[in-house]
Amino acid sequence: MKTTLIAALGAACLALTAPLAGAQDKLTDPQIAHIAYSAGAIDIEAAKLALARTKNEAVAAFAQSMQDDHEAVNAQALALVEKLKVTPEDNATSQALAKAAQEKREALARLDGAAFDKAYIENEVAFHKQVNDALETLLIPSAQNPELKSLLETGLKLFQGHQQHAEHVEAGLK
Amino acid sequence: MTPFLINRRQVLASGAAILAGGAAARAHDGTVHVTIDRLAFMPAAIEVRAGETIEWTNRDAFAHTATVRGGWEVTIPPGGTATRVAEAGDDVEYYCRFHPNMKGRITIIP
Repeated sequence: MKTTLIAALGAACLALTAPLAGAQDKLTDPQIAHIAYSAGAIDIEAAKLALARTKNEAVAAFAQSMQDDHEAVNAQALALVEKLKVTPEDNATSQALAKAAQEKREALARLDGAAFDKAYIENEVAFHKQVNDALETLLIPSAQNPELKSLLETGLKLFQGHQQHAEHVEAGLK
Repeated sequence: MTPFLINRRQVLASGAAILAGGAAARAHDGTVHVTIDRLAFMPAAIEVRAGETIEWTNRDAFAHTATVRGGWEVTIPPGGTATRVAEAGDDVEYYCRFHPNMKGRITIIP
């Protein structure tokens, strides 16, 4: 089980990193908006799964915070794209994110108890780290619209906070 | 002419404020205000007397906390405010438990 999960995690990491690092030509604002929104939606789904499954208070509090924060920032993103009259555009990076996330959810769904908590939190650390790297090196530098760029910068600070929060929870599980 | 003078005074005042930037913010009317905006406590460092009130105003859409490791915690809801009456032992560093990259400092002065 553990090996399968690690393998799945590794595959998920590769799937995520490859398109982000390989930088599909140049990302446009509608594509960037789609990627950022997708990353948030993925974390909301993971949080819902964790809230339904965990019995650990710290893990549940973390998951609740992820759901609330990502819903709030995605609501801001939706309001912004509406204001800018931008239609988020699906793209290879968003698709890779969604595919990796689905595999991850399936792997998590097979776990219970302490094994679930550990795998969920480890993935949250890894996922936020990847999204933060992508924001810093690719999405923020590529964004053209200043308001989109500013929202992404706030998102980066928020997700860096989430990564640290996840690391604190992870340390508490050991 | 007069508006110009006022403006110049304001500019000088804000210049002085920038120069004094290293100093922590002080209470007015017994309350020291800390604004939370885009995941930052502003000002990050405050000076307060025991018995004075600290008020946090959260401009973010996210819940935040002012948490002292091994000590007290105040929760500041999205778009809301929260207060704490400073105590003699509140010479502390604090952070947001949900976003530990947000940090602040309280200094108790006599």
